[in-house]
Amino acid sequence: MSILKEQDVVPFRNRVKEYAVKTGMGIVNQTKLITAASELVRNMLLYAKGGIALIEVVSRGRENGIRLTFADKGPGIADIKLALKDGYSSGKSLGLGLPGAKRLVSEFDIQSQVGKGTTVTIIKWKNG
Amino acid sequence: MEKIPILRMGRFLLVTIQVDLYDRLAENLESDLVHMVRKTGARGVLIDISAVSIIDSFMGRILGNIAMMTKVLDAETVVVGMQPAVAITLIELGLPLKGVHSALNVERGMELLRSKIALQDGESQDDDIYHSIE
Repeated sequence: MSILKEQDVVPFRNRVKEYAVKTGMGIVNQTKLITAASELVRNMLLYAKGGIALIEVVSRGRENGIRLTFADKGPGIADIKLALKDGYSSGKSLGLGLPGAKRLVSEFDIQSQVGKGTTVTIIKWKNG
Repeated sequence: MEKIPILRMGRFLLVTIQVDLYDRLAENLESDLVHMVRKTGARGVLIDISAVSIIDSFMGRILGNIAMMTKVLDAETVVVGMQPAVAITLIELGLPLKGVHSALNVERGMELLRSKIALQDGESQDDDIYHSIE
């Protein structure tokens, strides 16, 4: 799903919810996943003027989950460690987006190259 | 354009958020509410978020802003009806909604607003008495 404007955020969250419900994820984990997704989509819009968001159902052993990939061709992040620190923001936000999203999901991966873009991948396991 | 309705109930303003807000809608609500407080001289604002399934940092900031802005206009803001999953997520996200009063439901929210305002009015009456003795 491509995310190019602010009005894409709510439909995207609804899609994530559909998939999460399909895997049988409980309401608390659903809410955590969708909130994390919302933060990451917002980052993409704010810093990279949009990008692509991918929703996948994944499984490992008996565990099912949802994997979300957010890829943008924005300015990239020079210091990922700093960007993951609570309260740090290069914009005017609260600086909770990345570190907060990380806390809400089971697995979190971020790859970024300055000038090329950023890709964030998160997984939330059904029971994780 | 879509708009979140603001109802007036005596000295209070009542807002029920029935949809998941996108950013523009939330920003409009913030500014509409602040203007309404000014226009009506409302002493309290009650925001029912029982139908809201997601509060991310943006939405949290809007709620915090509303509370602070109405505060400087001499009105208290109470957020009511937060879903448990939303509360859990907010705290894990690291967003404790500082400065926002909350109550379990509309009824308790109204009680809280009334008691806060009674307290404030009580204090100012005490001041008057004190001054008259002086």
